[in-house]
Amino acid sequence: MTSFIIQRLLQTIVVLFLVTIMVFTVMHMVPGNPILVLLGPSATKEQIALYTAQFGLDKPVLVQYFSWVSNVLQGDFGESIIFRQDIGELIATRLPITVFVGGLAYIISVVTGMTAGVIAAVKRGGFIDSLITITANLGMATPIFWLGILGIYLFSLQLGWLPVQGFTWLTVDLSKGIKQLIMPVLLLSTVPLAMITRQTRSAMLEVIQQDYIRTGRSKGLKEKVIIIKHALRNALIPVITLLGIQLGNLVGGSVLVEQVFNIPGMGTLLVQSMLQKDFLIVQSCVLIIATVVALCNLAVDIAYGFIDPRIRYK
Amino acid sequence: METGTAKVIDKKVYTSPAAAVPPKRSSVKRFLKVFLARKVVVFSLFVLLSLVFVAIFAPLVAPYDPYYQDLTKSLQKPSMEHLLGTDMLGRDVLSRIIYGSRVSIAVGIVSVIIAGGIGMILGLIAGYFGGFIDSIIMRFMDAMMAIPMIILALFIGSALGGGLDSVMISLGIALVPSYARLTRGQVLSVKESDYVLAGTISGTSNFKNMFVHVLPNSLSPIIVLVTMNLGIAILAEAALSFLGMGINPPGAAWGAMVNEGYKYLMSQPVLSIAPGIAIIIVVLSFNIVGDALRDALDPRLRGRI
Repeated sequence: MTSFIIQRLLQTIVVLFLVTIMVFTVMHMVPGNPILVLLGPSATKEQIALYTAQFGLDKPVLVQYFSWVSNVLQGDFGESIIFRQDIGELIATRLPITVFVGGLAYIISVVTGMTAGVIAAVKRGGFIDSLITITANLGMATPIFWLGILGIYLFSLQLGWLPVQGFTWLTVDLSKGIKQLIMPVLLLSTVPLAMITRQTRSAMLEVIQQDYIRTGRSKGLKEKVIIIKHALRNALIPVITLLGIQLGNLVGGSVLVEQVFNIPGMGTLLVQSMLQKDFLIVQSCVLIIATVVALCNLAVDIAYGFIDPRIRYK
Repeated sequence: METGTAKVIDKKVYTSPAAAVPPKRSSVKRFLKVFLARKVVVFSLFVLLSLVFVAIFAPLVAPYDPYYQDLTKSLQKPSMEHLLGTDMLGRDVLSRIIYGSRVSIAVGIVSVIIAGGIGMILGLIAGYFGGFIDSIIMRFMDAMMAIPMIILALFIGSALGGGLDSVMISLGIALVPSYARLTRGQVLSVKESDYVLAGTISGTSNFKNMFVHVLPNSLSPIIVLVTMNLGIAILAEAALSFLGMGINPPGAAWGAMVNEGYKYLMSQPVLSIAPGIAIIIVVLSFNIVGDALRDALDPRLRGRI
């Protein structure tokens, strides 16, 4: 198991190293000079030269890359060209919000998705199964930003039950915070929930047909024991692989949900800086997001190794 | 008696190889029987064909010019004259949705072609040659997959500068890893087949072996992925346009229309709701057809794609 963990850890480091190369290369393909964006069209040649030197953009590309990576490794992401603020500080205030909202959505989607998937599989072909399957298919096909707008129209503007947008930490104002969280969290969980439901359903259906389930039934085990103890435990294995992928979906979805509900998280920071062409923030945000996703995937893989011995001996 | 039994055995021996290789027509028939078994699949296919028709003949189908502005008629409620009303610039919403189908279809098809083309070649090379080349390609794919698809597309799109071409290319690149991984997996199993080995022994070049023997036999899951990804690409395009990084105004794109209508949610909710429903219908149809295609081509792929 230790060698499996070390191997996966090394792979993650390599992947993150490649992410830095990719992010840096894409950002250097961007047409135009970010300094010109900062200074505007009236900038003089001297000003441009001064700022270019200040941000180190006059150095060779390789030198820029290595100085960026070594600074990032020391926790220094540099200063935002547009916001004129330390990027590390900006991210430190934004990342916890995204992680908090995303974490809640993740828990909801995993618990509800697995439960719905099991129920659909057990009641295969019936009304409940059809209802769950249709809802899951709809969930995968619906743009969450649209669903968010629909939710705002219905629950905020028409019924007045929930606030239109915003984010408040629960420690600051509990009831306001909860009200503001309900729609974003539910919306963010839509796609992962739909996918986990579908995956659990099909994994359960496959397991239910296995010989050992028939054996369990023929020796008179209770249905509950068969489903929970024997079927679900084996059906969970392919579902867990999906959980890592869902993290990516969740982070991608948070960009949209934060935009709709005006939540000051990483998603809004990323979109803002992309629109304002502050590429130093963009590359830092993408790197941080990739690191979070890669580390979560690493954790899922290690958990997978514990659950299924076949994986760690591969 | 003994002779009789021998005859029966003979007959069995004689007929079995023919049965193992069924004529092509019956396999097509069987595929169509499974593929079109459910009415919802037939209906979804009908929806998609209608969409293609509407997209191609948009100028004939749309009641008005989607770009024609008439400020005296802005924000009109749905009526017989304008079935889905008009937007803030007095443009006919239905006509804009009809023209928007062109963007969705174009983005879906082109981005999937880019992703499939690059991804299949990378997967083929990685799976066929293995070793160091495989490691390099697949670690790069892992790195791309560490960045969520929509963020990767946003990131590449922002570097390319926005607009229809940039959306197609950025989504195409963001979808590459799924094809590369799937093709590699298929190639790894197909390349162990006797016919590929026979090709290698008889001196067939690597290029011919890859493209004539390995790739065609790895295609069916890729076809399923293509269908599924058409829906994903359309959803992602809508998301990019919603965020203001997709199709530039005054271009009619469904995601951008949802965003534009957001400002008038209180007075004219149909502006946001109608294009959203168009997105759902199309993406749902692609997903249903993709599922049916998977079940008909290879049910073992269930849960993998």
